[in-house]
Amino acid sequence: MSNEKYRIAVLGDQDSVLGFKALGLDVYPAETVEAARVTLHRLARENTAIIYLTEELAAGLEHEIARYKDALTPAIILIPGKSGSLGIGMANVKKSVERAVGADILGG
Amino acid sequence: MPAINVNPTRQELTRLKTRLRTSIRGHKLLKDKRDELMKQFLDVVRENRALRKKVEDALMAAHGSFTVASALMSTEMLKQSLMYPKQSVELTMDFQNIMSVNVPQYHFKTRTADAGDVYPYGFAATSGALDDAVDALSGVFQDMLRLAEMEKTAQLLAEEIEKTRRRVNALEYVKIPQMQESIKYISMKLDENERSNTIRLMKVKDMLLKEAIEEKREADQEAMTAFREEEL
Repeated sequence: MSNEKYRIAVLGDQDSVLGFKALGLDVYPAETVEAARVTLHRLARENTAIIYLTEELAAGLEHEIARYKDALTPAIILIPGKSGSLGIGMANVKKSVERAVGADILGG
Repeated sequence: MPAINVNPTRQELTRLKTRLRTSIRGHKLLKDKRDELMKQFLDVVRENRALRKKVEDALMAAHGSFTVASALMSTEMLKQSLMYPKQSVELTMDFQNIMSVNVPQYHFKTRTADAGDVYPYGFAATSGALDDAVDALSGVFQDMLRLAEMEKTAQLLAEEIEKTRRRVNALEYVKIPQMQESIKYISMKLDENERSNTIRLMKVKDMLLKEAIEEKREADQEAMTAFREEEL
């Protein structure tokens, strides 16, 4: 199964994701949370290994992200959008520590 | 909580004792697994945090340049410049096994040999800020992949640790004490049965003896009266 080709997708508002197109990633502009939700589910079905999702959209898609958290693919990775980091990505790392250990033992 | 709904039989006792042995062994193994997973997890999470900070900072810088570029160029021009990417990325995935948890490992190949060769447009009509933005993005891309790998690993490990921890606790605080309680209950019940059996036997023996003595006495009495009558 290691020879299968997977895709990397970037999902976010137009201005935040445009630059990734130059790197050769699949870019899916989505302006609303609803549109992002539809695209997210479609990508998850279609052999996508990594989905980079902007934090602005992720804020409204928590339920969907949690659903894919324990699956091997896709990995949904939050990235800051053009308006700056909202700290959701870091909070998620913290949350997974809390889930495993029972308390945030790394601090900060 | 005494488990009343067990049959106090020898067979049940043997069965429970075997189960208890297995449980204690399983508990020890799971505990070891949890400790090792935790060790791995903390390493991964530390790296994950550092990497995320780095990626977020780099992306913010790239977005900054991008905003400047979109201010200097028209939206159409910007879109047009990036419409046909020169570069494309192929991703393959391997799985690594950390304590029976499958975690992904990504390998990627760029289409052109030089990974830095990313500008899909001519330099004449575009702003320098766009070059900066694309450059910054391609620089951070390696770290972004690594971040994806780390973050997914951390999530999967966290799930497995949670599961293992629950199992360890369930065995330690519920299952094993319950079985010990049942074993105690059965062995006490069996001992009790044995004692009552002994007592019953002793009682029966007593009664038999008493009966025999009484019969003997009666026979003696009869013999005595018969003897006296003969004498008269």
